[in-house]
Amino acid sequence: MKRRLFVKKATLGSFATLIGSNIVFGSKMLDGYVPLALQDPDPYKMFNKNKDMIVLNDKPWNIEAQAHILDDKVTPNSCMFIRNNGLIPEDIDVKNWVLKIDGESVAKEKTYTLSELKSKFKHYTYQLTIECGGNGRSEFSPPAKGNQWTVGAVHCANWTGVRLRDVLEDAGIKKDAVYIGYHATDIHLSRDPNKEPISRGCPMSKALEDETLIAFKMNDEDIPIAHGYPLRLVAGGWPASVSGKWINRISIRNKVHDGPKMTGDAYRVPCKPVAPGEKVKEENMCIIESMPVKSLITYPKSGAIINKGKALKIRGHAWAGDLEVSKMEYSIDFGSTWKSCIVEKPVNRFAWQHFTASVNFPDSGYYEVWVKATDSKGVAQPMLLPGWNPKGYLNNACHRIAIKVT
Amino acid sequence: MSEKLDFHNQVKKVYRFLLVLFSLFVITGGLLIYYMANPSFFSFKEKQEIIATVEALDPDRIENGIHVSTGFVDAEGLMTVVRNCTNCHSSKLVLQNRMNVERWNATIKWMQETQNLPDLGKNQEIIVNYLATNYPPIDKGRREILSNIDWYVLKD
Repeated sequence: MKRRLFVKKATLGSFATLIGSNIVFGSKMLDGYVPLALQDPDPYKMFNKNKDMIVLNDKPWNIEAQAHILDDKVTPNSCMFIRNNGLIPEDIDVKNWVLKIDGESVAKEKTYTLSELKSKFKHYTYQLTIECGGNGRSEFSPPAKGNQWTVGAVHCANWTGVRLRDVLEDAGIKKDAVYIGYHATDIHLSRDPNKEPISRGCPMSKALEDETLIAFKMNDEDIPIAHGYPLRLVAGGWPASVSGKWINRISIRNKVHDGPKMTGDAYRVPCKPVAPGEKVKEENMCIIESMPVKSLITYPKSGAIINKGKALKIRGHAWAGDLEVSKMEYSIDFGSTWKSCIVEKPVNRFAWQHFTASVNFPDSGYYEVWVKATDSKGVAQPMLLPGWNPKGYLNNACHRIAIKVT
Repeated sequence: MSEKLDFHNQVKKVYRFLLVLFSLFVITGGLLIYYMANPSFFSFKEKQEIIATVEALDPDRIENGIHVSTGFVDAEGLMTVVRNCTNCHSSKLVLQNRMNVERWNATIKWMQETQNLPDLGKNQEIIVNYLATNYPPIDKGRREILSNIDWYVLKD
């Protein structure tokens, strides 16, 4: 609600409520600064999000897209999901922002200001698919704890930055380096300054890839605050939690990084398959690396009614973690028969690939269009839920839309 | 009679005085509220739209069996849940989840180990009973049918 409107509706009761909130100091806030930490009734305005985005949680903010608003080839900010483990940083001081490279396996600890990072290293731009490890969690049975993402915790934007490899090599990587771990300025939900909400990372092999960036631009603009301004680590094809937001430190570790959400059952799945609901010991849980093959129909929106005899043009995107999508098919008879879609090559590694197909229906009635992607190793999406796991990760079951032919 | 009039005049004076005081109070209060809502009004800086916090006027209001400010079902243990489970995170996080007694307890244990949740004492049983009773797991099988389809005519 806007302040102007608010005045009209203000009563002494809400006056008292207001006294307890930070907004009293509104005039002391920096120009243009939006108080993100407040429990705001209009996140769509605050984060510039499409009205069809769905708020799963408002403290911390977790917001997902729906399939039909992910139709763009390059996802705009308005349709990008927001996943937070903690609270969005409240005071971002770009002038004094530094990125520190440290850890057991750094040759020499180094710090870089934002301008040093930008001037010292070559810039690269890649279109990178970033999907939350828990995308699709809502379908698991028995249900898994956490935000109940449906299909919309994935995006593929253009990220510009410097290669993580160039920066790590500038500081020097010792031979015993195993993993990197990021640290950031987001705030723990308990507001305990000694606790990090999340500090994850990846093995050196992923850290040193060409497309793994320390990004400072998203879709040619400063990264929006909710997506990690001013610096975000981006590692396409891996769980989005590897792509740490608001980073100010990267540690080169001589062991697997052990920050919050690296251990226990966070972003881990059973090393060996288990029955639904089965208890899994911590030592039998393995860290998720590349995300599995998956696809989404982004046009038309589910629920379309079309005339008999008319072909339906469908389109969408497919991605396969570290791999490429080599085959894309659709079915209108629940998987009894499959026909192929046209699927484009990715614009660069880790970019999602666009598919199209023209679908004909033999008669009037209710149909579902299911799509199935197959990766370059021949592994396809399952039609049913894949292996159950305690935290409900990696649901890459086929996406489908409902169609009525009349 | 004149005594009565005097008294009447005195009352009138007091009444006017009180009226002036009250008006001053209302005006000051009004200005204060306006300043709180528009702190930039008196600072002559460029105006900007900052979104303000508005909470439900009555934090305990129940409508159609739902606790309005959190969305929780009105049932035994509600306020214990509201008081203990909505400080660090939103009620939306709780409402998305469905678990049995054992797993709600495990979730509390996890929050105590990693999220600074203090010991809940005898409230834990009240909370877990409320959650497991009102938000138990639902069996979805291996794949649910498509539901809540929003039908529309697709134009070319």
